[in-house]
Amino acid sequence: MSFLTVAFAALFYAATLLLVVGLARRIALYWKTPAPLKIPTTPAPVTQGGVVLRMFREVVFFESLFKSTKWTWVFGWMFHMALFAVLFRHLRYFQDPVWGVVTWVGPLFKYLAFAMIIGLLGLWARRLFVDRVRYISAPSDHLMLLLLLLIGVSGAMTTFVAHTDVVAVKAFFRSLMTFNFSDMPNLPSDPFIVVHLLLVALLMIIFPISKLLHAPGVFFSPTRNQIDNPREQRHIADWARKLEQ
Amino acid sequence: MAKADFEIPQLQEFPEVPAVVPGTMAHSQPYIAKPDFQEPLGFPGELPDDWHDKAIEAMGDLLGKYRSLQVYLDSCVKCGACTDKCHYYLGTSDPKNMPVGRQDLLRKVYRRHFTFAGKYFPKLVGAEDLTKEVLDDWYSYFHQCSQCRRCSVFCPYGIDTAEISMAAREIMDRIGVGQKYCNEIIGKVYKIGNNLGLPEAALADTLEGLEEDVEEDTGVAVKYPLDVKGADILLVTPSADFFAEPHVDGLIGYGKVFHEAGVSWTLSSKASEAANFGMFIGSYENMRRVSLRIREAALELGVKRIIFGECGHAWRVAYSFLNTLAGPFDFLDPNYPVPQHILEFTWGEMQKGTLNIDKSANDHMVVTFHDSCNVARASRMGSEPGGQFKIPRNVIKAVCNSFVDMAPDTIHEKTFCCGGGGGLLTDDLMELRVKGAKPRMEALKNVIEEHGVTNMAAICAICKSQFTKVLPYYGMDMDMIVSVHQLVSNAIVLTGQNSDDDDDESADDDD
Ligand code: HEM
Ligand code: HEM
Ligand code: SF4
Ligand code: SF4
Repeated sequence: MSFLTVAFAALFYAATLLLVVGLARRIALYWKTPAPLKIPTTPAPVTQGGVVLRMFREVVFFESLFKSTKWTWVFGWMFHMALFAVLFRHLRYFQDPVWGVVTWVGPLFKYLAFAMIIGLLGLWARRLFVDRVRYISAPSDHLMLLLLLLIGVSGAMTTFVAHTDVVAVKAFFRSLMTFNFSDMPNLPSDPFIVVHLLLVALLMIIFPISKLLHAPGVFFSPTRNQIDNPREQRHIADWARKLEQ
Repeated sequence: MAKADFEIPQLQEFPEVPAVVPGTMAHSQPYIAKPDFQEPLGFPGELPDDWHDKAIEAMGDLLGKYRSLQVYLDSCVKCGACTDKCHYYLGTSDPKNMPVGRQDLLRKVYRRHFTFAGKYFPKLVGAEDLTKEVLDDWYSYFHQCSQCRRCSVFCPYGIDTAEISMAAREIMDRIGVGQKYCNEIIGKVYKIGNNLGLPEAALADTLEGLEEDVEEDTGVAVKYPLDVKGADILLVTPSADFFAEPHVDGLIGYGKVFHEAGVSWTLSSKASEAANFGMFIGSYENMRRVSLRIREAALELGVKRIIFGECGHAWRVAYSFLNTLAGPFDFLDPNYPVPQHILEFTWGEMQKGTLNIDKSANDHMVVTFHDSCNVARASRMGSEPGGQFKIPRNVIKAVCNSFVDMAPDTIHEKTFCCGGGGGLLTDDLMELRVKGAKPRMEALKNVIEEHGVTNMAAICAICKSQFTKVLPYYGMDMDMIVSVHQLVSNAIVLTGQNSDDDDDESADDDD
């Protein structure tokens, strides 16, 4: 096995571990931190079903962002939806057998790489040229966009310009997933796929320690996930109940 | 126009988002609470030597108690959606008054001490140590947030800067850096029972005076009872209602509505204050202590229902938190929500048809309505979401012939704060209050010019006081601002009332 293959195998195990453990710990923290008061941003749903619907609109349509600024919404929504579509298409590198839908939408979804890239460029332009957004940006905010852009561009180069041995890439990842290294192939060493995978590993590692925590965070946001029923149901946290004794 | 030693913003017909000008409001700080005002609330009197460690410890404590704080400090992606939503940014151009700019003052310290990236790569993620300068910035800018939650409407994760400001104020209180205005007032509530420090005797006097005025005016003996045991309804109202203008006209209105509805009601000298400034300083313990007075008053008087008068944040604490802080209220009549808003009551009576209304009494006015932020975005009225917008307007329209709404992105959930909420209604923050009122003043001016609006109705003691003070800076008349129940009071025809409703008192509001 090539050095590259071994190094990437180790890298992806480490990155996966950090991602899963990091994210699980963060989610556990959000889960167990109590929300002592009812603070939904009203008007808010008065039933659990209503809350699920509100959250759905927030996650799928970015409803609040839509109310807020149309340009950020256009680019942001385009980027995220393209990202999810691209990731969906990526399932084919990890599944055996591959779901029918994944194969079916594959050829179509590959062009969404461009939507993802345009979305990211639009967001970056806003960050650079709108003085208010520039003011609030730390270096990490710019670098995050750069990272995703490079992942997108390197992926697109592989898809559209300098093809790689996708079968070998898949076999490599299947071996990692099944812990079956007997017929693990060498990872192709085409520069674009190497860069792509390296940056993806980096993304996985920083996910649980960066603002990408907005993805789990949105589900835990009390202003969005609480039911507006404080008069009907007494809501009290454990630490607050102790004050009553 | 009122005099000012700062520049009063120009109102624009088509409001623009100003360019960033750092530091314009760095000098704006409220007076610090003296030790005497800190200690009754359980806070140290002065900044201790180990203030830094104490502050970080307090932050850790709050992170463990409030999911909002933990999730919000982690989740912001700096998308910028909130940057042009805060009235204080729109009025001052100071980027630390952009909601995310304000949050970042706390977030940078959070990252430095509580996150991996901030511990090892502070420069990269904008993490910073808590220095005296940072603390100074905290004191300035966390007292430039009226906790109005407008930002939380527009943030894709609902990040509520009010939660961050409350936490920051609690941290500062715990290291002896409290704000005089809020903490002195909370002390008064503990000692005397209300924000204004009105003792029971003065209260009884005032109410007697009101009874005389109303009787003189209408010929009907409307009662304004205090501490009546066995009354059905306990009315808890902001203490400004007892004497300030136009608040008191609202109180007169509540009394008339109760009178016509034929219910027995009472005020309480123990709970002679609806406001709960414990919320402004983010202190659960103090907010709870202030709330418990209401429970005790209700128990002592043996009432069956609790109704709150017109007040914004008081209604938030009442509607959203009272059951949590001072519940359960299983000793009250289960047929009514606990608590109820006076507008819910009045609207209910209007639907039942118990009130005799003469709308023409308000014909000298063209009225618009200011949605108070805490009612609009942090509570509800009635059983439907959005009832907090409909019910006040329904009541106004039931008593006024001319009603006009302001621009759609300045009302309902997008309403702009009056500029004086959240514990900022103090003269030492006058510049901030005037500048923060700008977006509301713009919207108001537009309806004045386009629709001939003469009066703006409000349902919050802070809004009413703030507008009374600020309107003149913008060349408008301070008497423009009216209580919703003042309009009701004007239009209600009491059973047996003298029929000379032409010499209506508020006719001189018209100019
Ligand atoms: C539940 C899933 C997710 C939701 C609801 C969500 C939602 C959002 C929203 C509303 C924004 C702000 C608007 C914008 O700038 O686009 C945003 C920003 C961002 N999201 Fe997500 N997101 C999710 C998952 C992800 C994932 C998985 C990634 C990356 C791998 C990601 C990366 C980003 C980045 C980098 C930004 C900042 C863009 C900028 O710099 O302007 N998001 N997200
Ligand atoms: C371990 C994880 C990943 C592997 C093994 C992987 C592998 C690949 C491969 C082999 C291609 C080329 C496909 C072809 O030639 O048809 C590709 C394309 C691409 N990848 Fe990835 N990738 C991974 C993660 C990601 C992530 C997290 C993103 C986005 C943030 C991403 C974005 C893209 C894009 C935009 C393309 C081009 C469009 C497409 O083919 O769908 N990849 N990736
Ligand atoms: S809560 Fe209101 S005052 Fe505070 S930052 Fe948000 S918009 Fe501004
Ligand atoms: S809208 Fe929310 S996520 Fe975006 S910058 Fe403001 S606080 Fe951060």
